[in-house]
Amino acid sequence: MFRLRYAAVVILIAAGLVGYFVYATTGTGGRFDFKLGLDLSGGTHLVYSADVSALPAEQVADSLATLREVIERRVNAFGVGEPIVQTEQGGALGGGEHRLIVELPGITDVDEAVKMIGATPLLEFKLVKQGFENNLELASTSTTPGAPLIPNPDAFEETGLTGKYLSRAALEFGNGGALVTEPTVRVDFNAEGTQLFSDITSNNVNRPLGIFLDGRLVSSPTIREAITDGTAIISGNFNAESARELVRNLNLGALPVPIVLSSTQTIGATLGDEAVRAGILAGIVGFLALCAFMILWYRLPGVIAVVSLLIYIVLMLALFKLIPVVLTAAGIAGFILSVGLAVDANVLIAERLKEELAAGKKTDAAIREGFARAWLAIRDSNIAHIIAGVILFWFGTSLIKGFALVFGLGVLVSMLSAITISRTFLLALGISAESKFGHFLLRSGLRK
Amino acid sequence: MNITKYEKYFFILPLILSLLAVAAIVLWGLKPGIDLSGGSLLQVTYTDARPAAEAIHEAVEPLNLGEVRVQPTGESGYILRQRDLTNDERNTLLSTLGTLGKVQEDQFNSVGPIIGQELLRKAWIAITLVVVLIIAFIAFAFRGVSKPVASWKYGIVAIVTLLHDILVPLGLFAALGHFFGAEVDALFIVALLTILGISINDTIVVFDRIRENLRLNEEHHKRESYDEVVGRSIVQTIARSINTSMTVIIVLAALYFLGPAATKNFALTLIVGMVAGTYSSIFLASPMLVVWERFSNRKSG
Repeated sequence: MFRLRYAAVVILIAAGLVGYFVYATTGTGGRFDFKLGLDLSGGTHLVYSADVSALPAEQVADSLATLREVIERRVNAFGVGEPIVQTEQGGALGGGEHRLIVELPGITDVDEAVKMIGATPLLEFKLVKQGFENNLELASTSTTPGAPLIPNPDAFEETGLTGKYLSRAALEFGNGGALVTEPTVRVDFNAEGTQLFSDITSNNVNRPLGIFLDGRLVSSPTIREAITDGTAIISGNFNAESARELVRNLNLGALPVPIVLSSTQTIGATLGDEAVRAGILAGIVGFLALCAFMILWYRLPGVIAVVSLLIYIVLMLALFKLIPVVLTAAGIAGFILSVGLAVDANVLIAERLKEELAAGKKTDAAIREGFARAWLAIRDSNIAHIIAGVILFWFGTSLIKGFALVFGLGVLVSMLSAITISRTFLLALGISAESKFGHFLLRSGLRK
Repeated sequence: MNITKYEKYFFILPLILSLLAVAAIVLWGLKPGIDLSGGSLLQVTYTDARPAAEAIHEAVEPLNLGEVRVQPTGESGYILRQRDLTNDERNTLLSTLGTLGKVQEDQFNSVGPIIGQELLRKAWIAITLVVVLIIAFIAFAFRGVSKPVASWKYGIVAIVTLLHDILVPLGLFAALGHFFGAEVDALFIVALLTILGISINDTIVVFDRIRENLRLNEEHHKRESYDEVVGRSIVQTIARSINTSMTVIIVLAALYFLGPAATKNFALTLIVGMVAGTYSSIFLASPMLVVWERFSNRKSG
């Protein structure tokens, strides 16, 4: 008896400490604050499908890893708090489609996000064909002075030299012919690119070379001599701002595989806040109603169920912070549901306890026997829950995974809280059902 | 009291409900949400005054977005549902809505058809897997029970019961979809899977008690007919079957009435499934065992 009471006090103190941890770290924005999913915090969730059909199979994994890195760099340059960038394969079910998933908490301007991610500066060098020197652009586009020109598609031939061979880009202020200093972009090629550039320039001296950015012709300087040091200067209609932007985008890298936006989800912060408030309210009201039901129906075992339920809730909240679990609306629903399920075990135990008492067992023995017998039913039902939870987790998009994780975790933690904790408390109180008061506390609904 | 005496009457309600559900599903079908079928949803709030739904229809008509369903939401908002949109199309749609009043975008969700189809296929596999695993689990848990009813029969009966528990919410959503445009989304499937996991419990609790009583009778050389054993087991477990469901229904009711809009249908599906599951575990599963036992006795005897 003494040891049981000792254990009960230790459990209460430990639960109190965990509860304090949960309370103290909430709303601080620190490492142990609750992590809210996009549907609660507001933000943007983008799914791109990546087209790897042009790549040989052995390069796919590498290219996707590079793709992830490049996008991550761009997203980070944008200054988003805790963005998530991941690649995923649709599996045999989705036709093996490769996807890139980008989550941007706090960003609700999809437009801006899509532009930033899709900003692929495609740099190309193309030779001007013989006889087209004065016919580089389509006539209809040359009316606005200073705008990038839409090239005449017939006038150029591919050289194979693209931004892929870039090692770095830099902003330089060159002498633009007149006395003003004009911003230019200097690109340095890698070894392979240097070789290629050197071949192109030495074989085509005195021919104009078109420099293309995203399919538009930026400039078409004439090759004066072979360039072997792997450096090219791009000039033409830049101001300091646009040149700096081009340098940044070139350095952040071109995408190794083309991507197409296939799904978008944006949730405004207001909607998320409302969902959080509603979720908390539903949780508290549900919990209070549950407590009232348990105490009115089962009396003392009901009170103990409520105490162990409180400990369950505190443990779960602490786990959410420690693991950490990203909470979504579905996750909160899963948690509220799990509170209702966690008390199931207490119901089974309390009912069994009543039966054992009715069968004439002494209180202490009835409690021990009640727990032992209820255990089989609790175990079996929890196995069924876990089966459902595991499959849900597998089935899941991130939304459902959140639910499945919370649900599965809840089943495991509740087994602990219902069995061990409730049992310890009930035994530690040492009430005898033989006394009149004990009879009232333990034998609800039983006739003498 | 011998509950099993009245088993014929117990079958009436589940049978009627199941038939109604099948009729609703066949007649009206289920409306898949955009996460399963592809498409897009735009929720906006008009900060000044909300224009009429007809005005919105007229304004978006020339945008060529296919069928656009406009549904008012909250005090001053609208939800627009249409095919999946590119970012440019979304911008055009938003600026068009902006011509009718000051508009603010609350949420936008666009799902390409491939992702939707994949999720739907996965959903079917998940449901099948859960059902198969639960049959296997019951067959395993009741492997020792063979007299007077074989253990696999418990498994079959459990599955028929589960089928009933799933049919009822499916039928309800076919009806809700027809009359109120309710959609069946990924969360709905999650709710169904959860019902499968939870409602099997109540059935297991009763079966478990039948198993225990059969064993005790054998130990004490007590002669008792199978339907008496089943009837006694139901009486012994009815309180906890109802109460374990009650605890879950209490919190789900709070979630339904007070919780976030995103999980309202989810809570409703679970509540309906739980009620059906509780009813069926008491009044459908075990009486079915009795009827089956009687039927096979008559054939052999």
